[in-house]
Amino acid sequence: MTNPQSGGQAHIVQLLSTRQDAALDRWTELAGATLRGRTTQTELRGELRELLSLTLASLEREDDTARSELRAVLADMSGRRARQNFTPKETAVAVFTLKQVVHELIEDADEDQAINEFVAFSRYVDDLGLLTFETYAATREQVIADQAEQLLELSTPVVKLWEGIVAVPLVGTLDSARTQVVMEALLQTLVDTGSESAVIDITGVPAVDTEVAQHLMKTIMAARLMGAECVISGIRPQIAQTIVALGIEFGDIVSKATLADALEYLLSRNGVRIVREVVG
Amino acid sequence: MSDVHEVRVGSSDDIVGIRKMVRTIAGDIRMSLVDQTKLVTAASELARNIVVHGGGGTVRIERLTGPTGRTGVRMIFSDEGPGISDVDLALTDGWSSGQGLGLGLPGSRRLVDEFELDTAVGRGTRITVTKWTR
Ligand SMILES: Nc1ncnc2c1ncn2[C@@H]1O[C@H](COP(=O)(O)OP(=O)(O)OP(=O)(O)O)[C@@H](O)[C@H]1O
Ligand SMILES: [Mg+2]
Repeated sequence: MTNPQSGGQAHIVQLLSTRQDAALDRWTELAGATLRGRTTQTELRGELRELLSLTLASLEREDDTARSELRAVLADMSGRRARQNFTPKETAVAVFTLKQVVHELIEDADEDQAINEFVAFSRYVDDLGLLTFETYAATREQVIADQAEQLLELSTPVVKLWEGIVAVPLVGTLDSARTQVVMEALLQTLVDTGSESAVIDITGVPAVDTEVAQHLMKTIMAARLMGAECVISGIRPQIAQTIVALGIEFGDIVSKATLADALEYLLSRNGVRIVREVVG
Repeated sequence: MSDVHEVRVGSSDDIVGIRKMVRTIAGDIRMSLVDQTKLVTAASELARNIVVHGGGGTVRIERLTGPTGRTGVRMIFSDEGPGISDVDLALTDGWSSGQGLGLGLPGSRRLVDEFELDTAVGRGTRITVTKWTR
Protein backbone atom coordinates (compact mmCIF):
# COMPACT_ATOMS: atom_id res chain seq x y z
CA MET A 1 0.00 0.00 0.00
CA THR A 2 1.22 3.49 -0.78
CA ASN A 3 1.81 5.87 2.04
CA PRO A 4 -0.96 8.37 2.35
CA GLN A 5 0.17 11.79 1.30
CA SER A 6 -0.96 14.00 4.07
CA GLY A 7 1.21 17.07 3.82
CA GLY A 8 -0.58 18.36 0.78
CA GLN A 9 -4.10 18.18 2.16
CA ALA A 10 -4.10 21.05 4.58
CA HIS A 11 -7.15 22.71 3.06
CA ILE A 12 -9.25 19.57 3.11
CA VAL A 13 -8.24 18.95 6.70
CA GLN A 14 -9.14 22.52 7.56
CA LEU A 15 -12.51 22.22 5.83
CA LEU A 16 -13.33 18.93 7.51
CA SER A 17 -12.31 20.15 10.96
CA THR A 18 -14.41 23.30 10.85
CA ARG A 19 -17.47 21.51 9.50
CA GLN A 20 -17.08 18.26 11.41
CA ASP A 21 -20.69 17.95 12.52
CA ALA A 22 -22.17 18.63 9.12
CA ALA A 23 -19.69 16.25 7.53
CA LEU A 24 -20.54 13.56 10.03
CA ASP A 25 -24.28 13.97 9.40
CA ARG A 26 -23.84 13.70 5.69
CA TRP A 27 -21.42 10.76 5.99
CA THR A 28 -23.83 8.87 8.23
CA GLU A 29 -26.63 9.53 5.76
CA LEU A 30 -24.65 8.31 2.75
CA ALA A 31 -23.10 5.30 4.43
CA GLY A 32 -26.41 4.38 6.06
CA ALA A 33 -28.30 4.37 2.75
CA THR A 34 -26.64 1.15 1.60
CA LEU A 35 -26.87 -0.57 4.94
CA ARG A 36 -30.67 -0.94 4.83
CA GLY A 37 -30.99 -0.56 8.54
CA ARG A 38 -28.48 -3.25 9.43
CA THR A 39 -26.96 -0.94 11.98
CA THR A 40 -28.74 1.84 13.79
CA GLN A 41 -27.99 5.41 12.76
CA THR A 42 -26.64 6.13 16.24
CA GLU A 43 -24.31 3.15 16.11
CA LEU A 44 -23.10 4.03 12.64
CA ARG A 45 -22.64 7.69 13.57
CA GLY A 46 -20.56 6.63 16.55
CA GLU A 47 -18.33 4.44 14.38
CA LEU A 48 -17.92 7.14 11.76
CA ARG A 49 -17.18 9.82 14.36
CA GLU A 50 -14.27 7.76 15.57
CA LEU A 51 -13.06 7.14 12.01
CA LEU A 52 -13.37 10.81 11.13
CA SER A 53 -11.42 12.08 14.08
CA LEU A 54 -8.70 9.49 13.53
CA THR A 55 -8.57 10.34 9.82
CA LEU A 56 -8.18 13.99 10.65
CA ALA A 57 -5.54 13.27 13.23
CA SER A 58 -3.51 11.16 10.85
CA LEU A 59 -3.81 13.71 8.05
CA GLU A 60 -3.10 16.69 10.29
CA ARG A 61 0.09 15.65 11.94
CA GLU A 62 1.92 13.12 9.91
CA ASP A 63 1.44 10.96 12.88
CA ASP A 64 2.20 7.26 12.81
CA THR A 65 0.32 6.57 16.02
CA ALA A 66 -2.87 8.12 14.70
CA ARG A 67 -2.41 6.32 11.40
CA SER A 68 -1.97 2.91 12.94
CA GLU A 69 -4.83 3.56 15.32
CA LEU A 70 -7.01 4.45 12.36
CA ARG A 71 -6.03 1.27 10.59
CA ALA A 72 -6.69 -0.78 13.70
CA VAL A 73 -10.15 0.72 14.21
CA LEU A 74 -10.96 0.23 10.54
CA ALA A 75 -9.75 -3.36 10.56
CA ASP A 76 -11.79 -4.01 13.66
CA MET A 77 -14.91 -2.57 12.07
CA SER A 78 -14.43 -4.52 8.83
CA GLY A 79 -13.86 -7.75 10.73
CA ARG A 80 -17.00 -7.17 12.76
CA ARG A 81 -19.04 -6.58 9.59
CA ALA A 82 -17.60 -9.68 7.94
CA ARG A 83 -18.65 -11.75 10.92
CA GLN A 84 -22.12 -10.21 10.84
CA ASN A 85 -22.50 -11.31 7.21
CA PHE A 86 -22.35 -7.85 5.69
CA THR A 87 -21.38 -7.94 2.01
CA PRO A 88 -17.96 -6.55 1.02
CA LYS A 89 -19.76 -3.59 -0.54
CA GLU A 90 -21.70 -2.86 2.62
CA THR A 91 -18.44 -2.99 4.51
CA ALA A 92 -16.40 -0.75 2.24
CA VAL A 93 -19.13 1.80 1.57
CA ALA A 94 -18.58 3.38 4.97
CA VAL A 95 -15.10 4.36 3.85
CA PHE A 96 -15.69 5.27 0.25
CA THR A 97 -18.62 7.60 0.92
CA LEU A 98 -16.19 9.88 2.73
CA LYS A 99 -15.02 10.97 -0.72
CA GLN A 100 -18.43 12.23 -1.62
CA VAL A 101 -18.76 14.03 1.70
CA VAL A 102 -15.50 15.86 1.13
CA HIS A 103 -16.29 16.56 -2.48
CA GLU A 104 -19.55 18.21 -1.51
CA LEU A 105 -17.81 20.22 1.19
CA ILE A 106 -15.29 21.49 -1.32
CA GLU A 107 -18.01 22.45 -3.80
CA ASP A 108 -19.95 24.30 -1.11
CA ALA A 109 -16.91 26.18 0.06
CA ASP A 110 -15.83 26.83 -3.48
CA GLU A 111 -12.21 26.38 -2.54
CA ASP A 112 -9.78 26.02 -5.42
CA GLN A 113 -6.86 24.80 -3.36
CA ALA A 114 -8.95 22.10 -1.78
CA ILE A 115 -9.99 20.88 -5.23
CA ASN A 116 -6.36 20.39 -6.11
CA GLU A 117 -5.87 18.29 -3.03
CA PHE A 118 -8.81 16.06 -3.80
CA VAL A 119 -6.84 13.60 -5.95
CA ALA A 120 -4.42 12.90 -3.12
CA PHE A 121 -7.25 12.66 -0.64
CA SER A 122 -9.10 10.29 -2.92
CA ARG A 123 -6.05 8.05 -3.09
CA TYR A 124 -5.81 8.17 0.68
CA VAL A 125 -9.41 7.00 1.02
CA ASP A 126 -8.84 4.27 -1.57
CA ASP A 127 -6.02 2.93 0.59
CA LEU A 128 -8.29 2.78 3.59
CA GLY A 129 -10.94 1.11 1.44
CA LEU A 130 -8.47 -1.55 0.35
CA LEU A 131 -7.64 -2.18 3.96
CA THR A 132 -11.29 -2.86 4.73
CA PHE A 133 -11.41 -5.33 1.84
CA GLU A 134 -8.31 -7.08 3.06
CA THR A 135 -9.60 -7.45 6.58
CA TYR A 136 -13.03 -8.39 5.32
CA ALA A 137 -11.62 -11.19 3.13
CA ALA A 138 -9.34 -12.52 5.86
CA THR A 139 -12.17 -12.58 8.38
CA ARG A 140 -14.54 -14.32 5.98
CA GLU A 141 -11.90 -16.97 5.36
CA GLN A 142 -11.64 -17.52 9.08
CA VAL A 143 -15.44 -17.73 9.35
CA ILE A 144 -15.51 -20.36 6.60
CA ALA A 145 -12.71 -22.35 8.21
CA ASP A 146 -14.58 -22.29 11.52
CA GLN A 147 -17.75 -23.47 9.84
CA ALA A 148 -15.90 -26.28 8.08
CA GLU A 149 -14.59 -27.41 11.43
CA GLN A 150 -18.06 -27.32 12.96
CA LEU A 151 -19.40 -29.31 10.04
CA LEU A 152 -16.64 -31.82 10.58
CA GLU A 153 -17.82 -32.33 14.11
CA LEU A 154 -21.48 -32.39 13.14
CA SER A 155 -20.91 -35.00 10.47
CA THR A 156 -19.43 -37.48 12.89
CA PRO A 157 -22.23 -38.55 15.16
CA VAL A 158 -21.56 -41.15 17.77
CA VAL A 159 -24.78 -42.98 18.48
CA LYS A 160 -25.84 -45.16 21.34
CA LEU A 161 -27.00 -48.56 20.12
CA TRP A 162 -27.73 -50.20 23.44
CA GLU A 163 -26.98 -49.66 27.07
CA GLY A 164 -23.18 -49.73 27.15
CA ILE A 165 -22.75 -49.98 23.37
CA VAL A 166 -22.04 -47.00 21.11
CA ALA A 167 -21.42 -46.87 17.38
CA VAL A 168 -19.80 -44.45 15.01
CA PRO A 169 -20.76 -44.79 11.36
CA LEU A 170 -18.02 -43.36 9.16
CA VAL A 171 -19.21 -41.97 5.85
CA GLY A 172 -17.22 -40.46 3.02
CA THR A 173 -13.58 -39.81 2.35
CA LEU A 174 -11.51 -39.89 5.49
CA ASP A 175 -8.68 -37.48 5.71
CA SER A 176 -6.40 -37.36 8.67
CA ALA A 177 -8.15 -34.40 10.30
CA ARG A 178 -11.57 -35.96 10.00
CA THR A 179 -10.48 -39.39 11.22
CA GLN A 180 -8.89 -37.76 14.22
CA VAL A 181 -12.07 -35.83 15.07
CA VAL A 182 -14.17 -38.98 14.80
CA MET A 183 -11.84 -41.01 16.91
CA GLU A 184 -11.64 -38.37 19.62
CA ALA A 185 -15.42 -38.08 19.62
CA LEU A 186 -15.71 -41.83 20.01
CA LEU A 187 -13.31 -42.02 22.93
CA GLN A 188 -15.05 -39.07 24.60
CA THR A 189 -18.45 -40.71 24.19
CA LEU A 190 -17.14 -43.92 25.72
CA VAL A 191 -16.17 -41.90 28.78
CA ASP A 192 -19.33 -39.76 28.89
CA THR A 193 -21.74 -42.65 28.57
CA GLY A 194 -19.68 -45.11 30.57
CA SER A 195 -19.94 -47.54 27.67
CA GLU A 196 -17.63 -50.51 27.44
CA SER A 197 -18.23 -51.44 23.82
CA ALA A 198 -18.10 -49.60 20.52
CA VAL A 199 -18.63 -50.37 16.86
CA ILE A 200 -16.75 -48.46 14.18
CA ASP A 201 -18.75 -48.96 11.02
CA ILE A 202 -16.89 -48.19 7.79
CA THR A 203 -19.58 -49.21 5.29
CA GLY A 204 -19.61 -45.66 3.92
CA VAL A 205 -15.87 -45.28 3.52
CA PRO A 206 -14.59 -45.53 -0.06
CA ALA A 207 -10.94 -46.30 0.76
CA VAL A 208 -8.81 -47.28 3.72
CA ASP A 209 -5.13 -46.48 3.43
CA THR A 210 -2.28 -46.85 5.93
CA GLU A 211 -3.08 -43.53 7.53
CA VAL A 212 -6.74 -44.31 8.13
CA ALA A 213 -5.84 -47.81 9.28
CA GLN A 214 -3.34 -46.40 11.72
CA HIS A 215 -5.92 -44.01 13.15
CA LEU A 216 -8.39 -46.86 13.51
CA MET A 217 -5.87 -49.08 15.26
CA LYS A 218 -4.69 -46.33 17.58
CA THR A 219 -8.26 -45.58 18.58
CA ILE A 220 -8.99 -49.20 19.25
CA MET A 221 -5.85 -49.49 21.36
CA ALA A 222 -6.76 -46.33 23.27
CA ALA A 223 -10.27 -47.69 23.87
CA ARG A 224 -8.75 -50.90 25.20
CA LEU A 225 -6.62 -48.98 27.62
CA MET A 226 -9.84 -47.39 28.84
CA GLY A 227 -11.26 -50.84 29.37
CA ALA A 228 -13.55 -50.79 26.32
CA GLU A 229 -13.76 -53.14 23.37
CA CYS A 230 -14.05 -51.91 19.79
CA VAL A 231 -15.33 -53.89 16.83
CA ILE A 232 -14.98 -52.83 13.20
CA SER A 233 -17.90 -53.50 10.90
CA GLY A 234 -18.79 -52.97 7.28
CA ILE A 235 -15.45 -53.73 5.62
CA ARG A 236 -16.61 -54.15 2.04
CA PRO A 237 -14.94 -56.67 -0.31
CA GLN A 238 -12.96 -54.10 -2.30
CA ILE A 239 -11.66 -52.55 0.91
CA ALA A 240 -10.80 -55.93 2.38
CA GLN A 241 -8.79 -56.86 -0.71
CA THR A 242 -6.99 -53.52 -0.70
CA ILE A 243 -6.12 -53.81 2.98
CA VAL A 244 -4.70 -57.26 2.41
CA ALA A 245 -2.66 -56.14 -0.61
CA LEU A 246 -1.31 -53.18 1.34
CA GLY A 247 -0.20 -55.60 4.02
CA ILE A 248 -2.14 -54.02 6.87
CA GLU A 249 -2.80 -56.44 9.71
CA PHE A 250 -5.54 -55.62 12.14
CA GLY A 251 -4.14 -58.18 14.55
CA ASP A 252 -6.68 -59.46 17.04
CA ILE A 253 -9.19 -56.70 16.33
CA VAL A 254 -12.62 -58.21 15.82
CA SER A 255 -14.32 -57.33 12.57
CA LYS A 256 -17.86 -58.16 11.52
CA ALA A 257 -19.52 -57.98 8.13
CA THR A 258 -22.35 -55.69 9.15
CA LEU A 259 -23.28 -53.31 11.91
CA ALA A 260 -26.05 -55.73 12.89
CA ASP A 261 -23.57 -58.60 13.24
CA ALA A 262 -21.31 -56.41 15.34
CA LEU A 263 -24.18 -55.44 17.61
CA GLU A 264 -25.24 -59.04 18.03
CA TYR A 265 -21.66 -60.02 18.86
CA LEU A 266 -21.27 -57.28 21.46
CA LEU A 267 -24.67 -58.01 22.99
CA SER A 268 -23.81 -61.66 23.44
CA ARG A 269 -20.51 -60.62 25.04
CA ASN A 270 -22.59 -58.55 27.43
CA GLY A 271 -24.74 -61.57 28.19
CA VAL A 272 -27.71 -60.48 26.09
CA ARG A 273 -29.11 -63.08 23.75
CA ILE A 274 -31.51 -62.23 20.96
CA VAL A 275 -34.24 -64.81 20.60
CA ARG A 276 -37.04 -64.80 18.09
CA GLU A 277 -40.30 -65.51 19.80
CA VAL A 278 -42.31 -68.21 18.15
CA VAL A 279 -45.92 -67.14 18.17
CA GLY A 280 -48.84 -69.55 17.94
CA MET B 1 -7.11 -40.69 -26.54
CA SER B 2 -5.29 -39.59 -23.49
CA ASP B 3 -5.96 -36.75 -21.13
CA VAL B 4 -3.57 -35.56 -18.52
CA HIS B 5 -4.07 -33.85 -15.22
CA GLU B 6 -1.29 -32.36 -13.21
CA VAL B 7 -1.87 -31.32 -9.63
CA ARG B 8 0.31 -29.92 -6.90
CA VAL B 9 0.46 -31.78 -3.62
CA GLY B 10 1.39 -29.86 -0.54
CA SER B 11 -1.13 -30.79 2.12
CA SER B 12 -3.62 -33.46 3.12
CA ASP B 13 -6.42 -31.44 1.50
CA ASP B 14 -4.68 -31.96 -1.83
CA ILE B 15 -4.57 -35.70 -1.18
CA VAL B 16 -8.34 -35.82 -0.75
CA GLY B 17 -8.69 -34.02 -4.09
CA ILE B 18 -6.32 -36.45 -5.81
CA ARG B 19 -8.21 -39.45 -4.46
CA LYS B 20 -11.44 -38.07 -5.89
CA MET B 21 -9.84 -37.33 -9.24
CA VAL B 22 -8.33 -40.81 -9.52
CA ARG B 23 -11.65 -42.38 -8.51
CA THR B 24 -13.45 -40.45 -11.26
CA ILE B 25 -10.95 -41.37 -13.97
CA ALA B 26 -10.87 -45.03 -12.94
CA GLY B 27 -14.66 -45.07 -12.99
CA ASP B 28 -14.75 -43.44 -16.42
CA ILE B 29 -12.68 -46.23 -17.94
CA ARG B 30 -14.86 -48.80 -16.17
CA MET B 31 -12.28 -50.24 -13.87
CA SER B 32 -13.76 -52.76 -11.46
CA LEU B 33 -14.66 -51.49 -8.02
CA VAL B 34 -11.82 -53.51 -6.49
CA ASP B 35 -9.25 -52.10 -8.92
CA GLN B 36 -10.60 -48.58 -8.48
CA THR B 37 -10.19 -48.89 -4.75
CA LYS B 38 -6.67 -50.28 -5.10
CA LEU B 39 -5.65 -47.47 -7.45
CA VAL B 40 -7.16 -44.77 -5.26
CA THR B 41 -5.42 -46.22 -2.22
CA ALA B 42 -2.05 -46.35 -4.01
CA ALA B 43 -2.54 -42.72 -5.08
CA SER B 44 -3.33 -41.80 -1.51
CA GLU B 45 -0.18 -43.50 -0.19
CA LEU B 46 2.23 -42.09 -2.76
CA ALA B 47 0.76 -38.60 -2.57
CA ARG B 48 1.03 -38.69 1.20
CA ASN B 49 4.65 -39.75 0.96
CA ILE B 50 5.24 -36.61 -1.14
CA VAL B 51 3.67 -34.50 1.60
CA VAL B 52 5.26 -36.27 4.55
CA HIS B 53 8.69 -37.20 3.21
CA GLY B 54 9.18 -35.26 -0.04
CA GLY B 55 8.31 -31.76 1.14
CA GLY B 56 5.60 -31.33 -1.50
CA GLY B 57 5.58 -32.01 -5.22
CA THR B 58 3.30 -32.88 -8.09
CA VAL B 59 1.09 -35.71 -9.27
CA ARG B 60 0.45 -36.31 -12.92
CA ILE B 61 -2.50 -38.50 -13.78
CA GLU B 62 -2.87 -39.82 -17.29
CA ARG B 63 -5.57 -41.85 -18.92
CA LEU B 64 -4.02 -44.48 -21.19
CA THR B 65 -5.19 -46.38 -24.21
CA GLY B 66 -2.82 -49.17 -25.19
CA PRO B 67 -2.20 -50.43 -28.75
CA THR B 68 -4.67 -53.27 -28.32
CA GLY B 69 -7.30 -50.84 -27.14
CA ARG B 70 -7.02 -51.66 -23.49
CA THR B 71 -7.32 -48.78 -21.11
CA GLY B 72 -5.52 -47.84 -17.96
CA VAL B 73 -4.34 -45.08 -15.68
CA ARG B 74 -0.76 -43.93 -15.20
CA MET B 75 0.21 -41.77 -12.26
CA ILE B 76 3.54 -40.04 -11.77
CA PHE B 77 4.45 -38.76 -8.31
CA SER B 78 7.38 -36.36 -8.31
CA ASP B 79 9.07 -34.36 -5.65
CA GLU B 80 12.37 -32.60 -5.19
CA GLY B 81 12.80 -33.68 -1.61
CA PRO B 82 15.63 -35.56 0.09
CA GLY B 83 15.31 -38.69 -2.06
CA ILE B 84 15.56 -42.25 -0.73
CA SER B 85 19.03 -43.49 0.15
CA ASP B 86 18.18 -47.17 0.52
CA VAL B 87 15.43 -48.13 -1.89
CA ASP B 88 15.37 -51.80 -0.87
CA LEU B 89 14.89 -50.83 2.75
CA ALA B 90 12.18 -48.32 1.87
CA LEU B 91 10.38 -51.05 -0.07
CA THR B 92 10.53 -53.44 2.87
CA ASP B 93 7.20 -54.12 4.56
CA GLY B 94 7.08 -52.40 7.89
CA TRP B 95 10.11 -50.17 7.51
CA SER B 96 9.46 -46.52 8.17
CA SER B 97 11.90 -43.71 8.82
CA GLY B 98 9.15 -42.07 10.84
CA GLN B 99 6.11 -43.16 12.78
CA GLY B 100 4.30 -44.77 9.84
CA LEU B 101 3.37 -48.40 9.35
CA GLY B 102 5.99 -48.58 6.63
CA LEU B 103 3.51 -50.13 4.24
CA GLY B 104 2.77 -47.23 1.89
CA LEU B 105 5.56 -47.84 -0.58
CA PRO B 106 5.68 -51.66 -0.66
CA GLY B 107 1.88 -51.81 -0.40
CA SER B 108 1.36 -49.45 -3.34
CA ARG B 109 3.65 -51.60 -5.43
CA ARG B 110 1.32 -54.55 -4.81
CA LEU B 111 -1.76 -52.48 -5.59
CA VAL B 112 -0.74 -51.60 -9.16
CA ASP B 113 0.42 -53.46 -12.29
CA GLU B 114 3.59 -51.49 -13.01
CA PHE B 115 5.77 -49.68 -10.50
CA GLU B 116 8.91 -47.73 -11.21
CA LEU B 117 10.95 -45.82 -8.66
CA ASP B 118 13.57 -43.22 -9.57
CA THR B 119 15.33 -41.45 -6.79
CA ALA B 120 18.54 -39.61 -6.07
CA VAL B 121 19.63 -38.51 -2.63
CA GLY B 122 19.31 -34.75 -2.32
CA ARG B 123 17.54 -34.45 -5.66
CA GLY B 124 14.14 -36.01 -5.22
CA THR B 125 11.96 -38.98 -6.00
CA ARG B 126 9.79 -39.95 -8.93
CA ILE B 127 7.44 -42.90 -8.78
CA THR B 128 5.51 -43.99 -11.83
CA VAL B 129 2.70 -46.50 -11.48
CA THR B 130 0.27 -47.94 -13.99
CA LYS B 131 -2.86 -49.97 -13.58
CA TRP B 132 -4.74 -51.52 -16.49
CA THR B 133 -8.42 -52.22 -16.79
CA ARG B 134 -9.06 -55.92 -16.76
N1 LIG C 1 8.80 -39.28 -1.65
C1 LIG C 1 9.69 -39.70 -0.73
N2 LIG C 1 10.78 -38.94 -0.46
C2 LIG C 1 11.69 -39.35 0.47
N3 LIG C 1 11.57 -40.48 1.20
C3 LIG C 1 10.49 -41.27 0.98
C4 LIG C 1 9.49 -40.91 0.02
N4 LIG C 1 8.55 -41.89 0.02
C5 LIG C 1 8.94 -42.79 0.94
N5 LIG C 1 10.11 -42.44 1.53
C6 LIG C 1 10.84 -43.18 2.56
O1 LIG C 1 10.47 -44.53 2.49
C7 LIG C 1 9.98 -44.98 3.74
C8 LIG C 1 8.89 -46.00 3.54
O2 LIG C 1 7.74 -45.39 2.95
P1 LIG C 1 6.32 -45.97 3.28
O3 LIG C 1 5.30 -45.15 2.58
O4 LIG C 1 6.35 -47.42 2.99
O5 LIG C 1 6.21 -45.80 4.85
P2 LIG C 1 5.81 -44.53 5.72
O6 LIG C 1 5.39 -43.41 4.83
O7 LIG C 1 6.91 -44.24 6.65
O8 LIG C 1 4.56 -45.06 6.53
P3 LIG C 1 3.09 -45.39 5.95
O9 LIG C 1 2.91 -46.86 6.13
O10 LIG C 1 2.15 -44.61 6.80
O11 LIG C 1 3.06 -45.00 4.53
C9 LIG C 1 9.51 -43.74 4.45
O12 LIG C 1 9.51 -43.88 5.84
C10 LIG C 1 10.52 -42.69 3.97
O13 LIG C 1 11.70 -42.77 4.70
MG1 LIG D 1 3.94 -43.60 3.39
